[in-house]
Amino acid sequence: MGGAADAAASTRRQVEAVWRIESARIVATLTRLIGDFGVAEDVAQEAFVDALVQWPRDGVPPNPGAWLTTVAKRKAFDRRRRVERLDDRHATIARSLSEQQRLDASADDLPWDPDQVDDDVLRLVFTACHPILPRESQIALTLRVVGGLTTEEISRAFMVPVSTVQQRVVRAKRTIAAADLPFEVPSRGEFGTRLASVLNVVYLIFNEGYAATSGPSWMRTDLAAEAIRLARIIGALVPDEPDAHALLALLELQASRFAARVDAHGEPVMLADQDRSRWDHHQIQRGRAALARADALGRGRGAYALQAAIAESHAIAGSADTTDWHRIVTLYEALRGITPSPVVDLNHAVAVAMADGPAAGLELVDALVASGALSGYPLLPGVRGELLSRLGRRDEARAELLAAAALTGNEQQKAVLLRKAEEC
Amino acid sequence: MKYMLIMRTPVEMTLPEDFDFTEIINAMGAYNESLIKAGVLLGGEGLAPAEEGFVVDFDSTPPIVTDGPYAEAKELFTGFWIIQTSTKEEAAEWAKRCPLGPGTRLEVRRVTEIEEFDQDNEYIQKEYEWREQLGTDQPVQG
Repeated sequence: MGGAADAAASTRRQVEAVWRIESARIVATLTRLIGDFGVAEDVAQEAFVDALVQWPRDGVPPNPGAWLTTVAKRKAFDRRRRVERLDDRHATIARSLSEQQRLDASADDLPWDPDQVDDDVLRLVFTACHPILPRESQIALTLRVVGGLTTEEISRAFMVPVSTVQQRVVRAKRTIAAADLPFEVPSRGEFGTRLASVLNVVYLIFNEGYAATSGPSWMRTDLAAEAIRLARIIGALVPDEPDAHALLALLELQASRFAARVDAHGEPVMLADQDRSRWDHHQIQRGRAALARADALGRGRGAYALQAAIAESHAIAGSADTTDWHRIVTLYEALRGITPSPVVDLNHAVAVAMADGPAAGLELVDALVASGALSGYPLLPGVRGELLSRLGRRDEARAELLAAAALTGNEQQKAVLLRKAEEC
Repeated sequence: MKYMLIMRTPVEMTLPEDFDFTEIINAMGAYNESLIKAGVLLGGEGLAPAEEGFVVDFDSTPPIVTDGPYAEAKELFTGFWIIQTSTKEEAAEWAKRCPLGPGTRLEVRRVTEIEEFDQDNEYIQKEYEWREQLGTDQPVQG
């Protein structure tokens, strides 16, 4: 009896594996064929559910991707017929016939034309990340239709109820339908901003995995790995876009430090104290290679490339002391020019403190405090406390570290700050 | 998780007269491209014929070196891929898509992570350092 349950669980994982590999291509192809993203996503999901029921019972078909596509396509066509029964048949019959021919002609003949599929998947990526959608919907939709994650997986990753994820997807599909968005790659004029929106979604997914904003989990490597997979997919779809490679570089370089970011007791370890031999050096190589690809396109460095270059400076240094902090200061100055933000200013101040001493850094931090831009941000008093501590101003340092601990929602970060305050 | 897909071919496998290498190269190229586009490929290599290799046998001391292929082998390793997937089943799905024919096999093995071993062991500690040196000493590919 345990055997039967195991077999069912194993088949389920197999269906999920096929889905993860195929879903983007299935939804993308269907959307082009039937011209309706919402319907395409619905019928693809229904085919997935059918597979969960039928494959454990009847066995996994020899070509599972083709099976899913064919079933989804049939469902799309059945739906169209049902709708048309309600419509004026005479008005739609010609269109229905030509659409049926299109449907019949295209989805059965696997293997698919790779270039056509790539174009469709790229359209799908742009649709899922369309600026008309709220950020949470873009994220849920991208993970679901491009990444092939199930609603349950997404809800686990973001620690929200399944119904919340479902709502985000349903609402997003409604918004897309209501706006009648064309299924296309944006025109040259808006390509840059639309690609930026796509890359930003991937970046946010990674950040969610990299550092949980609240709760006991310091990081969720699965979600970060998923974001890296998405970045690789997008990099392959738009190989001439430096920002796509630069984002991948940044994510690989950041993720290379995962193993060193917590100690044996699960406590977070700050960059300067990390055991650098625990960094994933293959991943560092992949990140540097991606940054080199971005640079080789010869269109200068954007925000992702600059951040990747900063991460690279850390990655290639043997220790905090031997890090080229002056280079990092320069990179932060360039980053401030492109994306001015108080958080970048704070990081710049930290780099200045490392390059030129804590007093120089403190001066910049104090200017930030005076501006009021980061009030309520726990790292501002956190950094100020660190710098004061290094300058021997212990009482002030302790007060700042305690203030930082009170502001953070991350329990482990709070513990570290409290311990540092005690040590002052 | 990382998995190694190890390609194995029978020793006595002979190629038919009209064997089309271009077709194989194209099929493998398309497969590799699909792995890259899916964001799962980390690396891989094809191996030169076993006749160019040699075997080091540790039955005696010092070990005996003989020209390849290994006389008792029934199958030869001919290449490998390393892929990164979220489950074993996903690795199996990718393996099944490899354009290989009857007689050949893919053995799929999970790549161990160094974190799985006794972290207090002196050589495990050293291995981190070795990995660091190996990692940073290699040139970055553009």
